[in-house]
Amino acid sequence: MVMAAVPRIIVCVGPDDFDVGAEIDALQAGDPAVGAVTSFVGYCRDEGGRLAALELEYYPGMAEAEIGRVVKEAVARWPLLAVTVIHRGGRIKPGERIVLVAVSSSHREAAFAACDYVMDFLKTRAPFWKKEHLAEGTNGGWVAAKADDDKRADRWKSKTD
Amino acid sequence: MSREPVLIRYFAWVRERIGLAEEQLSLPESVVTGGDLVRWLAERGETYAFAFETPDTIRVAVDQLHIEQDEPIGEAREIALFPPMTGG
Repeated sequence: MVMAAVPRIIVCVGPDDFDVGAEIDALQAGDPAVGAVTSFVGYCRDEGGRLAALELEYYPGMAEAEIGRVVKEAVARWPLLAVTVIHRGGRIKPGERIVLVAVSSSHREAAFAACDYVMDFLKTRAPFWKKEHLAEGTNGGWVAAKADDDKRADRWKSKTD
Repeated sequence: MSREPVLIRYFAWVRERIGLAEEQLSLPESVVTGGDLVRWLAERGETYAFAFETPDTIRVAVDQLHIEQDEPIGEAREIALFPPMTGG
């Protein structure tokens, strides 16, 4: 019997931007078992010209730890080969990247589902908060959490994949 | 026996309303759960009352793990209080 390799997990939180192509290529990384890589990239929107920037505050230490816990749940649920999650903090302007979730697996079903799962729980559990800076130069206040995000996360409880 | 002081950390609008990112506090024995802590802090002054005016919306993390407000804080070394998260 061939033992399945332990999935390679990378979780990175900080101010720096990332190279999406390089991160996706690294998930395959010459591993001939990889048949699928899925990814999600979240960007800062301008909200119809209203927004100048988002300020992303996070809880250092817990942010990485909580994302790591979500990734471990996904690894337990689907046969994954590698997972990379990068989440930026600090001031981010419209058009700039905020988050990357990328997953590799032998088959696409697991890769799609796991990417979706990690994003859903990253939004509801990872300790990040967005504050708006408006184009007119004023502080737009803190973004409110959406009930829809909780609903999206809740649907995994009843799913049997 | 009195409890060891605990590092209390605040984030986002909880931090802004209180005007502090963190502080060391000695919690009384009456503070058993996360919810007890939120209600006890709300009594500390105007800025705290403002930060915790809707106590049920506040999230609590003990030693960097989420807990429900009805769960005990135990022998925590670090407790964080913050609004619902909006990352991603």
